[in-house]
Amino acid sequence: MNASWMAALQALGGGVLIGLASWLLLAALGRVAGISGIAAAALSPQASERGEIGAWRKMFLIGLIVGGAAAFALLAPPVMAARPLPLLMAAGLLVGVGTVLGSGCTSGHGVCGLGRRSARSLVATLSFMGAGVATVTAMQFIAARA
Amino acid sequence: MNTKNMISFAAGLLFALGLVLSGMTQPAKVLGFLNVMGLQQGISWQAAPGYWDPSLALVMGGALMVTLIAFAITPRLTHESGKPWFEEMFHLPTRNDIDGKLVMGGILFGIGWGLAGYCPGPALASLLVGGVDVLAFCTAMLAGMWAAKKYLA
Repeated sequence: MNASWMAALQALGGGVLIGLASWLLLAALGRVAGISGIAAAALSPQASERGEIGAWRKMFLIGLIVGGAAAFALLAPPVMAARPLPLLMAAGLLVGVGTVLGSGCTSGHGVCGLGRRSARSLVATLSFMGAGVATVTAMQFIAARA
Repeated sequence: MNTKNMISFAAGLLFALGLVLSGMTQPAKVLGFLNVMGLQQGISWQAAPGYWDPSLALVMGGALMVTLIAFAITPRLTHESGKPWFEEMFHLPTRNDIDGKLVMGGILFGIGWGLAGYCPGPALASLLVGGVDVLAFCTAMLAGMWAAKKYLA
C-alpha cells in the first residue's frame, strides 16, 4: 500500500476512534466530549468556587494527555510544526478566548455538535473553518511577498 | 477509581489515540488542509508544502459517521426518559440561538487555529511530547480560556 493510501486510512481510522470516544462519554456519562469546554470548565474560577469541576473532567483530561504521549510513543508520527514562539502564543490565546466565546472547538461543535445535528454547531464550524482557511491563505500570501 | 472516572479516563485515552493516528497532532497536516488555495498545485496526503492535504476531511468524516449514527440510537433521542448508563441524566447543550458571540468566537478560534495548526484537543494530546512549542501554545490557550471564563462568560 502506498503512503497516500496509508495516510488516508489513518485519517479515517483516527476519526472513527474520535467518534467512538465521543459516543462512549455521551452514552455512559451523558456528557459532550468537547475538549475546549472540558478544559475551560476545569479552569473556571466560578465552577471551582461552586465545587462543580467534576472528577470526570479531570480524568478525561489526564486520559487525553497521557494517551497522547502513549500514542506518540506507539505510532511515532513525524513531528512537523515549527512556528515562531510568539506566533504560537498569540495563536494559543486566540484559540482559548475564541473557544470560550464561541462555546466550543473542533470536537465539541465539529464532531459532537454536528453529530447531534445542532444548528449552532454548524454555524460555529463554518465560522472557524472559514476563518482558518482565510488565515492560512493570508499567511501564504504574506510569506510569498516577504 | 470508580467506574465513571475509569470510563472518562478511557474516553480521553481513546480520543487521544484517534487524534494522533489521524494526523491531527501534526500541525503541517492541519495547515495543509486549511490551505485550500493549494489545490492549484494539487493534492498531497503527506502535507507537502504548497499542496492541499485532504486528511482532515476524512478525520471529521470518520468521526461524524460514528456520532451521527451512534448519537441517533442513544436512548435520549428515542425516549424522553432515556438515561446514560452511569448517570441520572444527560448534560447536553440546550441553546439553539445563533448570536454574534458564537460567530465571533468561531472566527477568533479559526484565526488561531490557522496560525498555529493546533486546536485544543491535539494541543493537549501533544503536551508531554511536543516540547516548548506545544507548552507555549497550551499555556497561552489555557490562560485565554481562564480569562474569557472570568471576564466574558
